[in-house]
Amino acid sequence: MNKWIYIFIMFVVTYLIRVLPLTLIRKKLKNTFIRSFLYYVPYVTLSVMTFPAILHATMSKTSGIISFIVGIIAAWFGANLFKVALICCTLVFVIEYFIV
Amino acid sequence: MEYKFGKNKNIFFLGVRDGIPIALGYFAVSFSLGIMATKSGLSPLQALVASFLNNASAGEYAGFSMIAISSSYIEIAVITLIANARYLLMSIALSQRIRKDTPLHHILIIAHLLTDEIFAVSIARPGDVNPYYTFGVILTASPAWAFGTFFGAVAGNILPIRLVSAFSVALYGMFIAIIIPAAKSDKVILSLVIVSFLLSYIFSFDFFRISEGIKTILLTVVISALGAIFFPLKNGDSNE
Repeated sequence: MNKWIYIFIMFVVTYLIRVLPLTLIRKKLKNTFIRSFLYYVPYVTLSVMTFPAILHATMSKTSGIISFIVGIIAAWFGANLFKVALICCTLVFVIEYFIV
Repeated sequence: MEYKFGKNKNIFFLGVRDGIPIALGYFAVSFSLGIMATKSGLSPLQALVASFLNNASAGEYAGFSMIAISSSYIEIAVITLIANARYLLMSIALSQRIRKDTPLHHILIIAHLLTDEIFAVSIARPGDVNPYYTFGVILTASPAWAFGTFFGAVAGNILPIRLVSAFSVALYGMFIAIIIPAAKSDKVILSLVIVSFLLSYIFSFDFFRISEGIKTILLTVVISALGAIFFPLKNGDSNE
């Protein structure tokens, strides 16, 4: 099996998934159910991907859960993308410096 | 909005800035992906090209693990399809926010970089998607992904593990920063977010034996559908 062919197959499949809806659906969908469904999709999918995955991303679960909670509080009080990400990274680094 | 760079300079540089946390997170994740690529038998060049062409963490991870066991070409295609199926939903969602006069080549570029993170920041902005914002994000984030994989493949264990560990929450911090403001202003989204966290946690138990990719698709479809049935948008709601 040729490794370049593997990589090429992965590319074709991945690109088709992403490009077909974007290029083929050029109308605004009218159906209320579909519109509502698509409105909720990004928030639901990001939530599903964030928790509990954040607990396994770091060396210790403790630093993961603390950065998760503090990140939510910071975002709730208006911290932007970059700040929240920075706060989470710094917390993990500092906490793990002491406990790992 | 006019489709000229000069008219969209500010929004472009806003995208460049919002791309920084994405780039940090990408570098950490793709670095570990690069280490895995080497273990699967890919050269650093192949790892670089794979990341440049795919821009998909779970998809590449799944693909590399199939390469490691010398699977058939059909198998790797199916696995890639499953691991990346959520992008189909994101692409449909994004199609509703693309202006009709957006040039095709802009759409083709955005499609190639339609990752969880770039989708999230693009759709989190009000109104129709401005491709120049997305291009700004792409400019900072995309090289970090490809070269992170390359460095991971070349330099495996040089970066201190503490730094890798800290970087790897950057992506989640970013997700949180996108979910929470929407949840704060919309009680339905707040409820759906809490339900998503809970169910995602429950279905991560080994007992259920489902992969991360399948779990993400199933829960996304079911929870969003329930939200749409019980809390349909009224005409003129915010995704117009």
